[in-house]
Amino acid sequence: MRNVWIVANRELASYFATPVAVVFIVIFLALQGALTFNLGNFFDRNQADMGPFFNFLPWVFLLLIPALTMRLWAEERRLGTIELLLTLPITQGQAVVGKFLAAWAFCAIALALTFPFVVTVNYLGRPDNGVIATGYAGGLLVAGAFLSIGSALSAATKNQVIAFVLGVAVCFVFAVASYPLVTDFLAKSSPALAEIVRRLSVAERFQGFTRGVVSLRDLIYFASFIGFWLFLNTVIVEHRKAD
Amino acid sequence: MTALIEIDGLTKRFGAFTAVDSVSFTVARGEVLGFLGPNGAGKSTTMRMLAGFMTPSAGTARICGHDVQRESLAARRCLGFLPEGAPTYPDMTVEGFLRFVASVRGYRGGEAADRVAHAIGLTTLGGVRLQPVETLSKGFKRRVGLAQSMLHDPPVLVLDEPTDGLDPNQKHEVRRLIERMAPEKAILISTHILEEVDAVCSRAIIVSRGRIVADGTPAELQKMNPSGRLDDVFRDLTAARTEAA
Repeated sequence: MRNVWIVANRELASYFATPVAVVFIVIFLALQGALTFNLGNFFDRNQADMGPFFNFLPWVFLLLIPALTMRLWAEERRLGTIELLLTLPITQGQAVVGKFLAAWAFCAIALALTFPFVVTVNYLGRPDNGVIATGYAGGLLVAGAFLSIGSALSAATKNQVIAFVLGVAVCFVFAVASYPLVTDFLAKSSPALAEIVRRLSVAERFQGFTRGVVSLRDLIYFASFIGFWLFLNTVIVEHRKAD
Repeated sequence: MTALIEIDGLTKRFGAFTAVDSVSFTVARGEVLGFLGPNGAGKSTTMRMLAGFMTPSAGTARICGHDVQRESLAARRCLGFLPEGAPTYPDMTVEGFLRFVASVRGYRGGEAADRVAHAIGLTTLGGVRLQPVETLSKGFKRRVGLAQSMLHDPPVLVLDEPTDGLDPNQKHEVRRLIERMAPEKAILISTHILEEVDAVCSRAIIVSRGRIVADGTPAELQKMNPSGRLDDVFRDLTAARTEAA
């Protein structure tokens, strides 16, 4: 556990040692603000809630999180530091989890910096802050799910551009799996599969959280989703580290 | 004499290509073994397998009696490893990077600070302690890599081209450092600088195309050619094999 912590600390510090942290946070806040206020009609709706904010959150994550994860392993391989990291007395699992937790903590920081939205809503009306809290919790879980995908794909290649494009593509698949575009198509060809795919959708699970509903089933879903991708990540690192 | 590095029939195949072909040797405490060979002879691949980074296709390697595959963590604790090209995290400062390595090695608080200070002292990095690694010259980067490998005073050191990119003065410093540490450690260094063998090694192995073609003290190897020069011996052994193949 201590080793996970050490790896996570180093990784998190490296975000702030480079412009990555500032650029990511500024773009995230700008994009999230623009979408919520303009496209989401935050004020015109005359409702004291953060519905528009949470509706756009997964899509902003979809674009930005692969940008955060693309370097996680691809960069280590390009610099050759993977050879150093994995010959220190830590296991590959510890390295994988440490890097993931650092990226997740970073997303939590970015998310926490959206607090002016909460302040605004509370100033203008009397929102249900419980719903806002579960919305944030759900947002963090969506970020974790996308991060685990991106991290695993980053381990598969030395090229950061490939890691980014693959990351966006795979995250997109899991984001839209519950949308009519996909479900209607699958319902015609194989109804059984349509139901399974709908249940695998990250966006579908997130909906519950934005309505203030936290079910054990959804928590288990996110835990196993992240667990699965991190396991895959470890396997990929093991097999491809020396290529 | 106890063998701290034991390599037995180590083999690495990449598809049809055999990079390392059943290499066996041991290094005892107090020995500095020079690992020589032309580029692509399999030196780095052998060292990567010894460090537990690459999985061998066949054969075993042990460090301080721990199998590098089955008791990987125990073996790595006894090992200081300088990978090829001395990779380090470019955005970290020298001290930050060494502190990270110290904490991974299990040191905390004051002890970690002592270890880092000691390693910085050994490799004379004091002047650039707070500089990011990416701003340093090649020679300094190499020394940061060296500092990282000897920070925990390991019984076994595996150094892949430790003097590559250093100027003559720095080379001399590193060789003196290795000589000073030699009595208590088993040290394996790869190089293609032949003068280095005479300068620091108590024994040398020449590899070519993944196989060991000579093994002996520098004096013994020199006798293999009438000229008595290691250069000629090296060329005889490695060039002949390339043409024959």
